[in-house]
Amino acid sequence: MSHDHTTPGHDAAHAGEEGGHAPSTLRGYMTGFALSVILTVIPFWLVMDGVLTDPGATALAVLAIGAVQMVVHMVYFLHMNPRSEGGWTLLALIFTVIIVAIALAGSLWVMYHLNVNMMPGHLHDMSSM
Amino acid sequence: MSDTHILHASAAGGPAAADASRFIVREPHHPENGTLLGFWIYLMSDCLIFACLFAVYGVQGRAYAGGPTGAQLFDLPLVAVNTAMLLLSSITYGFAMLESQRGRLRPTLAWLVVTGLFGLAFLGLELHEFHHLIGHGAGPGRSAFLSSFFALVGTHGLHVTFGIVWLVTLLFQLGRHGLIPENRRRLMCLSMFWHFLDVVWIGVFTFVYLMGVLP
Repeated sequence: MSHDHTTPGHDAAHAGEEGGHAPSTLRGYMTGFALSVILTVIPFWLVMDGVLTDPGATALAVLAIGAVQMVVHMVYFLHMNPRSEGGWTLLALIFTVIIVAIALAGSLWVMYHLNVNMMPGHLHDMSSM
Repeated sequence: MSDTHILHASAAGGPAAADASRFIVREPHHPENGTLLGFWIYLMSDCLIFACLFAVYGVQGRAYAGGPTGAQLFDLPLVAVNTAMLLLSSITYGFAMLESQRGRLRPTLAWLVVTGLFGLAFLGLELHEFHHLIGHGAGPGRSAFLSSFFALVGTHGLHVTFGIVWLVTLLFQLGRHGLIPENRRRLMCLSMFWHFLDVVWIGVFTFVYLMGVLP
C-alpha cells in the first residue's frame, strides 16, 4: 500500500511507515475529500432550504453530520489510527474528547439551570433560552 | 542495529560507506516520533481552548441583549464559500504531502503555495464578514452573543493567520534546504495543524452559523 510508486529513495520510503504513521495515499485523501464535501453540503442544504420543518430536528441532524465529518477528517486527513505512535495519539485524543464533552455539556447544563432558576421573571423572558 | 552499522563502516571502509550514510539518514526518525506526538498533544490542548470558547458561545449564543440575532446577521452563502476555501486548502495540503513523500520538491512547493492562497482567501472573506458586521453596529461590544461569536471565530482566524505565517516560513526553508528530514518533520507538523484547524471549522460552521440561524 505504501509502495505504489516504483523506486522510492530510501528516506522517502521511510517517511510514511516509521513510527507507525499510516502512509498518505492519493486514494485516502480523495476519499476523505469526497466524504467531506458531501457531509458539508448536506447540513447547508438542510438549513438553507429548510428541508426539515422542525428546527430541533434540523439542529440534531446538523450536529450529528458535523460529528461524522470530524471523524472523517481525523481518519483521512489527520491519519488517526490505533497504531500511530503506539496508540498514544489515540489515547490523547480520547482523553481530550472526554474533557471537551465534560466542559461543553457541563457548562451548558449548569448555565441553563442558572438562567432558569436564578433570574428574575422579566429578565428570564429576555434571555429566551 | 546502530552498533553493527558503525562496526561495518570502520571495518570494511569503501562499500560500507553507503550503509553509514543510510544510518545517518535514519537516525533523525527517533526525535521525529517524539516531535509528532508532542505536537499532537499541543493540538489537543489547543482543542481545550476551543472547547472553552465553544462552551461560552453555547451559553451566550442566544443572549442578544435586544440586538441583532444570528438569523439576521449570518450570510450562509458566504459561510459556504468560506468552508469550501478551507476544505480545498486541506486537500491541496494533502497533495503537497503526497509530493513530498515522493521526494519531489517543486510540486510540493507549488501545492503549498496553492494551500496558502486558499488560506488567504478564507481569511479575506472572514475579515470582510467582520468588517461588514462591525460596520452595521454588530461589533463584539453589542451583545454577549456577538462577544462570544467574535472570540470564537476570531481565535480560529488567528490560528489560520499563524498557520499561513508558518507555511510561508516553511516555503523558504524548503526552498533553501530541500526535503531534508527536518523539513519533512515540519511539513508533517504543519499538516496536522492545518487539518486540525479544518476540524475546528467544522465545529464553527455547524454550531455557530448553521445552528445560529435556526429559530
